[in-house]
Amino acid sequence: MVTSRDDFSIAIRSAFLKKGIKQKFSLLALIIASIILLSLETVNSKSLNFVRSAIKDAVYRISFVASIPVDSITSAFTNIQNYFEVYEQYEIVKSKLQQLENQQNQNNYLKMENDKLKKIIDNSDIYNYESVTTKVLVDKKSPFLKSVILNKGFDSGLKRGMPVLDGPYFVGRITEVNYLSSRALLINDLNSKIPVLIEPMGYQAIMSGAGDKPALLEFLPKNHQLEVGSVVYTSGTGGIFFPGIPIGRVESIEKKFHIKFFSDLSQLYLVNVITSKPIGSEQ
Amino acid sequence: MVLFRKNLVSRFFSLIPLLILFFLAFSETDFNFEKLSFLSFNLIYIVIFYWVLKNPDILGYGFIFLAGIVNDVIIGLPIGVSSTTYLVLAGFAAYTRYLTVEPSLIYDWIVFVPSIAVTNSVYFYILRIFFDIDVNYIALTLNSGVTILLYPFVGILFSFLSKLIIVQKNV
Repeated sequence: MVTSRDDFSIAIRSAFLKKGIKQKFSLLALIIASIILLSLETVNSKSLNFVRSAIKDAVYRISFVASIPVDSITSAFTNIQNYFEVYEQYEIVKSKLQQLENQQNQNNYLKMENDKLKKIIDNSDIYNYESVTTKVLVDKKSPFLKSVILNKGFDSGLKRGMPVLDGPYFVGRITEVNYLSSRALLINDLNSKIPVLIEPMGYQAIMSGAGDKPALLEFLPKNHQLEVGSVVYTSGTGGIFFPGIPIGRVESIEKKFHIKFFSDLSQLYLVNVITSKPIGSEQ
Repeated sequence: MVLFRKNLVSRFFSLIPLLILFFLAFSETDFNFEKLSFLSFNLIYIVIFYWVLKNPDILGYGFIFLAGIVNDVIIGLPIGVSSTTYLVLAGFAAYTRYLTVEPSLIYDWIVFVPSIAVTNSVYFYILRIFFDIDVNYIALTLNSGVTILLYPFVGILFSFLSKLIIVQKNV
């Protein structure tokens, strides 16, 4: 019994304290170093943030280069697939174009009418905002965390909390800014909570990310009569985001209401970051 | 000249596990399939466990620590989370190495199960308790399960590489 306990302690000591022939550090020393690094993450000082930002910038650039071979193979496969689908897609696009032309005519009329009404309520520049177009540098498709790394940082005017759009659709917000890069937390991340407005009912709610599943709607009013197909917009509550940025459509799954996003969050390539503040949020 | 070439080939084979580790940490390539999320697995865990167990001089602890930091930066986790979990896993492998008299893939596989369970628990608790980051534990459990199931297959491939390294050294 004593011998087996000795064996156990010798094995533990050898595993954690002994260095191999080519090893420069013991396992225990590195575990302690990791724990120190982890505790430094909770410290928010200017010099530490600068070091963190420099490390992240460097790693993102190397990661971008390291991903090039795999990305080229993937895009080559996609290109080949696309060639096989060209004619089919052409027919679909042709009919869609026809529909769009009809819609555009309608939209032009509605826009004119809308501009007139906006002038009346003296709020005509509510949707005018400055934005920066950025490229998605790294998109680590993790099932746990949904975020993308963008190729612009605070040298381009990006700040934490700024909304990120894919075309006209809201897809996330900036959560980390380095000098040359930044990270956007996508709306399907488990930690994403966005105040939303559901039209045409005008309900306010909180949209909560659910990973690969459609997002959830929380804090809906009691006795609500939500309809499938209703459009979900940012509500602008608290002056965090611009109001009225479209996000997705309400759908019902197993008698629960979810949001199907307009944008395909796994295919983000170029996104716009809104750099100006929403009207009424300036203090 | 022949000796130099043999040395070079042997060095190259010895570097392959390290290259795989850093390629996985740096590149976007991972094994979290978008449409088959139940099939996602963590190849880095297998690489670390196998090589620390079989030949710790091939994959130094310092490199494992660095790969963890890189992985944290890429995934967007607080720096140090992956390093700690990787080193805990390496600790399990090193401990098993010192206790094992007659190594076999089946025995390694059995030890891999509690090692992964503890490692992922450490990962989960650090994120959940210390940093209040939500983690989908069902996906994490599935990921652990698939990683465990794949260990013998990847282990067989690595054993070929391990033999190649030994053969090249002895030529």
